[in-house]
Amino acid sequence: MTAAGPGAPAAGRRALRVPRWALILAQLSPALLVVGGLFAGGVGLGLAQSLGYLPFLGGWSWNLDAYRAVWADPAVRASFALTFRIAFLSTAAATVLGVSAALLVHRVGRFRSALTSVLSAPLPVPHIVGALCMLLLLSQSGLLSRVTRAAGLTETQAEFPALTADAFGWGIIAEYVWKESPFVAVVTLAALTGGVDDLVGAARTLGARPWQCFRHVVLPLISPSVAATSILVFAFTFGSYEVPFLLGRPFPAALPVVALQYYRDVDLAARPQAMALAVVISVLVAVLVAVYMALLGRLVRRAP
Amino acid sequence: MRRAAVAWLLAATFLLPLVPLATWAVSGQWRYPDLLPRETSGRGLALLVDPNSDVLTGLTTSLLIGAVVTVLALAVGAPAGRALGLYTFPGKRVVQFVLLAPAIVPGLAVLLGIQVFLLRYGLADTVAGVVLVHLVPTVPYVTLLMTGAFANFDVGYEQQARVLGAGPLRTFWHVTLPALRPSLAVAGFFAFLVSWSEYVLTLLVGGGTVKTLPLLLFAYVRGADLTEAAAVGMLLVVPPLLLVALLSRQLSGSPGAMVGLGRL
Repeated sequence: MTAAGPGAPAAGRRALRVPRWALILAQLSPALLVVGGLFAGGVGLGLAQSLGYLPFLGGWSWNLDAYRAVWADPAVRASFALTFRIAFLSTAAATVLGVSAALLVHRVGRFRSALTSVLSAPLPVPHIVGALCMLLLLSQSGLLSRVTRAAGLTETQAEFPALTADAFGWGIIAEYVWKESPFVAVVTLAALTGGVDDLVGAARTLGARPWQCFRHVVLPLISPSVAATSILVFAFTFGSYEVPFLLGRPFPAALPVVALQYYRDVDLAARPQAMALAVVISVLVAVLVAVYMALLGRLVRRAP
Repeated sequence: MRRAAVAWLLAATFLLPLVPLATWAVSGQWRYPDLLPRETSGRGLALLVDPNSDVLTGLTTSLLIGAVVTVLALAVGAPAGRALGLYTFPGKRVVQFVLLAPAIVPGLAVLLGIQVFLLRYGLADTVAGVVLVHLVPTVPYVTLLMTGAFANFDVGYEQQARVLGAGPLRTFWHVTLPALRPSLAVAGFFAFLVSWSEYVLTLLVGGGTVKTLPLLLFAYVRGADLTEAAAVGMLLVVPPLLLVALLSRQLSGSPGAMVGLGRL
């Protein structure tokens, strides 16, 4: 009597119906197997090896020796300072520059899409090519140094400040800012398109000053996207290898570079120390992301 | 119109670092104080098409690995995106976290732990091993983008096709695939670009034998000839820029796509 229901014909034809949970499991398992397996496996095995597990060389001897050795190494301590400096300054500069660029471009009437295209040109450039670009632009024999010489500001290569292979990490920061501020800018622009203009218009009509509009209307609307983006930028600049390797020094080097130096040491006893650094990098990124998100959640809640 | 001028100036500044790269790639002799090269030369570009150099092999390896990674990442990531986009189920947040964490935690820190096992089980120094580790950064983005795509996908169309008598395969081919084609194109584009730009994972797993273009570029940068290095650099940059230009309409429509771009 009730066979006229919309689901009836299909159900009648197929006696065997796959339960929903099995369907979901089947759809998720390949990704969980590949990504979860390699990722969790990598983190877990790295942790085990940092605590004294030596695979295929016989033996578990649980201890914290690797962490003590790493902590005592002056190269690691110098590396901490450098890595935090690079990640912090790059993220701050990229966020400020990216958001400003987006606000500026958003208010340009004509050619906005052309302008956005030009601005996003660095996005698909691989970081390794970006590092080469910075080398050709900023090194003491680079294009900028030649321009300052032509302008009469410097006489020789040595008079141009060392921006690559320097102890501070200027070249590394420059590469990250160049690559990441367009990233912040396009995400901010996407957040700005969703009806922000109408709200700003309403606030203006109600007598808000430009700064008040920005502080109380625009900023709360874009800050979730900007926050998420700057977390990604921080995590990336903290854990990336090729840029600090090509544009920095062997000492002090960024944490990932030091980790790989340990890992490739001919002495296998340095392996657990490499693992300890890998664990420290993962944990620091995780903790920083958590702290940052908590702080920002409070800021965003207080803003309106 | 001062604002427009400032905006254009800013945008032009972002193009500036590409200028010395493009110039070096075609310069013959460009010593220190010279603002422009003394002479142009096709030496760098000739290297790119020289069958005896390692660049063509590197290009083939990069394209092969990129293509295989793209297909596999889509095949693995899109179903996961479907499950996450269409259904709510217990433990969903945990699954989302596990599938997104590799996008945030640095790949190097993850790979050091399993490298010795890849070595042991014969995956190190093979193309297969490189493809496998390239899936770790690519599948999360495909999953993320496809989760968004499936959240906006109406399963009703599939049900209608089935009611009208289409089998599962025909429904997939004629209903699901056309509806999701733009999202799949963007997701595949990212998977390819992430694989195309990857350096440190390839170095650790493929080290001696699998030489992709980024590994070759590294060697050329550390060598003496900047013209050759810049030419190889241009070879690495031009395909992504062309792809972005081709896909710009789909890309600008999706904020998720832009998040993907930032991770290259």
